[in-house]
Amino acid sequence: MAHEHKLEIFRGLIKFKSNIQKIWGVLILLSIVTIVEVILGIIKPEWSMTPVLGMKLLNWIFIILTIFKAYYITWDFMHMRDEVKGLRRAVVWTTIFLILYLSFILLQEGGYVFDVYDQGYIKRDF
Amino acid sequence: MSTAVAEGKTWGGGNEPLKASYGKMMMWFFIVSDALTFSGFLAAYGFSRFKFIDAWPIADEVFTHFPFLHGVDAPMYYVAFMTFVLIMSSVTMVLAVDAGHHLNKSKVTIYMFLTIIGGIIFVGSQAWEWNTFIKGEYGAVQTKGGNILQFGKYVDVNGEQKFKRVAISKIAVPQHGERVQHERKNGLWYVGEASLPPYTVEEVLHGLEAHKDVLVRTQIINEEGEKTVLSREASIEQIKKNGKQVVQGANLKVNEYGSPLFADFFFFITGFHGFHVFSGVMLNIIIFFNVVIGTYERRRSYEMVEKVGLYWHFVDLVWVFVFTFFYLV
Repeated sequence: MAHEHKLEIFRGLIKFKSNIQKIWGVLILLSIVTIVEVILGIIKPEWSMTPVLGMKLLNWIFIILTIFKAYYITWDFMHMRDEVKGLRRAVVWTTIFLILYLSFILLQEGGYVFDVYDQGYIKRDF
Repeated sequence: MSTAVAEGKTWGGGNEPLKASYGKMMMWFFIVSDALTFSGFLAAYGFSRFKFIDAWPIADEVFTHFPFLHGVDAPMYYVAFMTFVLIMSSVTMVLAVDAGHHLNKSKVTIYMFLTIIGGIIFVGSQAWEWNTFIKGEYGAVQTKGGNILQFGKYVDVNGEQKFKRVAISKIAVPQHGERVQHERKNGLWYVGEASLPPYTVEEVLHGLEAHKDVLVRTQIINEEGEKTVLSREASIEQIKKNGKQVVQGANLKVNEYGSPLFADFFFFITGFHGFHVFSGVMLNIIIFFNVVIGTYERRRSYEMVEKVGLYWHFVDLVWVFVFTFFYLV
């Protein structure tokens, strides 16, 4: 069976010799990111507490690192890198668009309900 | 293939613009729909969290246990371990897929087996997490408004004043005149009630008055990102005026760590994910036996391993997000 694997990650910065080598390489990458996340989560450095766009900087870092991990799981473990552009776009863009839309609406609404409580229209501190 | 040849088969599936087999493509689109289900749950979690942004439990203070290490404060280490187990089983799965491409039956068998073991370890760990969470550790008092009041005292750690939690069982003073659980067999027939909490608010109040250094901590998060600790007078006042029931552990109705919604979402989202892992393990076992009896060897194609692999990686992918939004953010 002729299965073509694209063996480059980081836009060709790292090139693996075989598919198996690439799998281990990606595992190391994912482990490093997870370890960084856990360390950041435990020490919670002072600089990361500054608010950025309604959330702590640290939370944005976590979310970006998560998307980074998700990318490598999908692209290399699920072989999305080797699929044709049409399949890739049908799966990835559909999901991303709907998720962004849903989370925007729900988070916006959650913030609004918080304001309603906060401004004392409904009492709950008893 | 020229267009003329493909034309005739177009409506019979002759054209393959996505260059993927039917089964694999449908697995991808199932994954899309499942991903949307999970993001619906996580977005709902985000909604509730934004709604109670100033009073949400801090995950580091909730998940602090590690098996066999009692009384050791180990925030997140166990979840990090679970994450690693799942990523590792993803790796063995992708190695099995790769071995399948080379039609190497013995290697596929070994890697599938390792993947199943990883999945079982993960589900077991999740059961342990649930158990610890349901049992709870310190207990708390729930107020009439549904808020949670926890107990603790300031302890000197390396010259720094640190707030350490104190368990209700350590401070409560047992009183006479206990209320008996109402059972179905006496009084009103066939009307029962849930088992009573181990202590009454009255007993906790007496305990609080007897222990001069114990303070109450509310669920409101202050500017430093920590839960607000009340003064001694305010502590007693708060319990006396608003205390309604003693809560131990967490379930779908009450939660000693804070908002009951936190527990609801925890059970629902990790439960739904755990169910996915469980069914993934089942599918893997079926495929594993098919590999062992040589079904794919005769077919000269290990694509079924690839399809079930896609599902398995997806489960890992979801966990990466659950891990972030439940334990980190």
